[in-house]
Amino acid sequence: MTIRVESKNGMALLHIEGEMSIYTAAELKSQLLPHLARAGELEIDLSQVSELDSAGLQLLLLAKREAAHGGTTLHLARHSPAVLEVFDLCNLAAFFGDPLVISHSASN
Amino acid sequence: MSIDLDQALQTFIVEARELLQDMEASLLRLESDPGNSDTLGAIFRAAHTIKGSAGLFGLEPIVDFTHIVEDVLDRVRDGAVVISGELVALLLECGDHMQELIAVVADQGGQLDAAAQARESGLRQRLQTYRGGPARHPARPLAPFATDELTQVCAESGVASELWHISLRFGREVLRNGMDPLSFLRYLDRQGDIVRITTLADGMPVAEAMDAEACYLGFEIDYQTTADKASIAEVFDFVRDDCLIHILPPHSKLAEYIELIHDLPEDAARLGELLVGSGALTPQELENGLREQRTTTGQDSPAPPLGAILVEQRAVEPALVQAALDKQSRIQEHKSKESRYVRVQADKLDELINLVGELVIAGAGASLLAQSCQNDALQEATSIVSGLVEEIRDGALRLRMVSIGDTFNRFQRVVRDVSHELGKDIELHISGADTELDKTVVEKIGDPLMHLLRNAMDHGIEAPDARQLAGKPGGGNLRLNAYHDSGSIVIEIADDGRGLDRERILHKARERGLLAPSATPSDQEIYNLIFEPGFSTAASVTNLSGRGVGMDVVKRNISALRGSVELDSQPGRGTRVSIRLPLTLAIIDGFLVGVGQASYVVPLDMVQECVELSAEDRRATRERNYLNLRGEVLPLVFLRDHFDAGDSPGRRENVVVVHCGEHKAGLVVDELQGEFQTVIKPLGKLFSALRGISGSTILGNGAVALILDVPALVQQIVRQESRNSQSHPRTAALAR
Repeated sequence: MTIRVESKNGMALLHIEGEMSIYTAAELKSQLLPHLARAGELEIDLSQVSELDSAGLQLLLLAKREAAHGGTTLHLARHSPAVLEVFDLCNLAAFFGDPLVISHSASN
Repeated sequence: MSIDLDQALQTFIVEARELLQDMEASLLRLESDPGNSDTLGAIFRAAHTIKGSAGLFGLEPIVDFTHIVEDVLDRVRDGAVVISGELVALLLECGDHMQELIAVVADQGGQLDAAAQARESGLRQRLQTYRGGPARHPARPLAPFATDELTQVCAESGVASELWHISLRFGREVLRNGMDPLSFLRYLDRQGDIVRITTLADGMPVAEAMDAEACYLGFEIDYQTTADKASIAEVFDFVRDDCLIHILPPHSKLAEYIELIHDLPEDAARLGELLVGSGALTPQELENGLREQRTTTGQDSPAPPLGAILVEQRAVEPALVQAALDKQSRIQEHKSKESRYVRVQADKLDELINLVGELVIAGAGASLLAQSCQNDALQEATSIVSGLVEEIRDGALRLRMVSIGDTFNRFQRVVRDVSHELGKDIELHISGADTELDKTVVEKIGDPLMHLLRNAMDHGIEAPDARQLAGKPGGGNLRLNAYHDSGSIVIEIADDGRGLDRERILHKARERGLLAPSATPSDQEIYNLIFEPGFSTAASVTNLSGRGVGMDVVKRNISALRGSVELDSQPGRGTRVSIRLPLTLAIIDGFLVGVGQASYVVPLDMVQECVELSAEDRRATRERNYLNLRGEVLPLVFLRDHFDAGDSPGRRENVVVVHCGEHKAGLVVDELQGEFQTVIKPLGKLFSALRGISGSTILGNGAVALILDVPALVQQIVRQESRNSQSHPRTAALAR
């Protein structure tokens, strides 16, 4: 799992590539937190996230909360199918508030 | 109907009949023990199961009638109706009518005739008096009974939500233990429908303290499913120990939701809001609940143990309890035994036993050949095979054994009804109900026993006042007993009535010309006369007995089973009828003997010992026909003479001492050929009149051996003896 950092129009853009799972969670957290501490805007590109489990989800929740506390605006963008499925399962689209591009996925 | 459904229907019919029998037995018990809730539960379950199963097959008449019975039973269970003798009698009649419904509607596929319908409306009317008041349950369409259908019509005091509410708080270690809460959600979603879900992470600490590998997730789920509590709970089997799990069935009481709110770690207001937000509670319900909660002075409920799944019960709806009970009763529960049963068709069993019989013969043949081969290894091998065959034989025969208890228990009802009809007070005591005998014997002995019981009740036991005059207790006693005795089963029916009237029987017999005027029969012989066709000394013919058609049929039925019947009576004290039946009909252990050129088989259980007939004894016995066996007098039968084997006897002769009941006899034979297991092959109609032979068998060498009917032989001797003793009073003294 890698996080590629980019700067775009004064906004930090993070590309998370690979698994967001129990195996990568600790590392992911340590890499992610510094960015959340910085005020301003932050966007996380999830298009290359191959897998998202509970640990990964927790980190996204943490990120959202920390960002709110720290005054940073957090956007999640280009959710991969794995991410979309979990958001749908847990009914979290509203919580994160980001627009989702819903491709054909089995919804109840 | 397709074949499968037809078989299922047959099973339903058999099971329904069994349930009705159980129901009857339970109702009788209830008469003497009305407070017993177990008995009451059993009766209710029987009716309920029949109703449900009948519904499966679309047998509307059965469902309709049983529904009313079940309703009354339900009220009894709730205490709304008190058990009285009248009610029990009514329910017994309803059971009878249900039997008829099963027979006519289920078995024959027809409709009740006018008389039966009239009976039914009479019963319905009487049942209605116990129902009174509006039906407690809302009218439900009689849908087919689905075992797992637990989401039912709501009761008034539950919340409006039709969904299950599942509250999950996963423990910290769940992720480290290799589980993923999301996979549980996905599984739930596959098994049912997660209609609404709220994800919570309230327990997650600040970023620095947060452990990325710990689990802080919780979920409030509103779930749609047809599964039952246990199935839903099962989903969480692997995480049960780490997590807080609450499962509330649809329409749970409001109090339970309030309790849930208090049990969960989050703030009560937040939870309430959450539940309302997810639709589990309406805002009004939440307000009501919290208000109620505040006003009741309750102690703190202890913190829910982690790892305990709190499955709340819907308090009001009894249907839930019903479904659970019914599920249980569908798992074969025999009231007394813990063992499980497999239903087997009787003819398959017979086929198996036949094959085993052939195996026994073939095995014996192989053993004989092995012996003649003088090959040790071969002999040992065949003897092992014989041992195994013997075990299989015993096992196969035991499959056909049924305890006589069920037959006996059915008579309780008969005794009760008849004693009421006759205005007598008669109690039936049963012992030896565990005694087992062959299935066909059990089936065929039922009617003769019934007749003997009725006789005892009708003619044997006197009316209460007559009994009291005679110094006996007003209530009469009937005793049914069964036990094993040397290869036979003995069934006794005893009563403490007036006993057989010896003089009357003698007189009647002389009247009918059954006895010569000069004949002086023994007591036994006199009593046995009542088995003659058309014989009856009854002063009045009731519709139960007295017509003289019963006893000879009884005797014939018992003889057909290769059994015998004896009577013993004491005037004023009572009568005892003893029926002796062979344990097995198919295979016996025998003792092979040689007489002249032929071999005969003596049933091994009747053989007591073998004694050599010394030369001196032989001379003596030729005149006397009996042997002094260690001081005892043993009457002898010379089989050589009996079967006209011709020839003069060889150098040696042996006596096989046999016993049959109380009598002993010695069979004089040439050779003793040893123990021999054998399959009884019937002789065929041509030989049915042959006395002294009860069957034949094939020996290992292919020869035919005849099986001796020892009881018949012994009886012959006994008769001869008593005749001799009458004409020779001195030898009579000796013979006794």
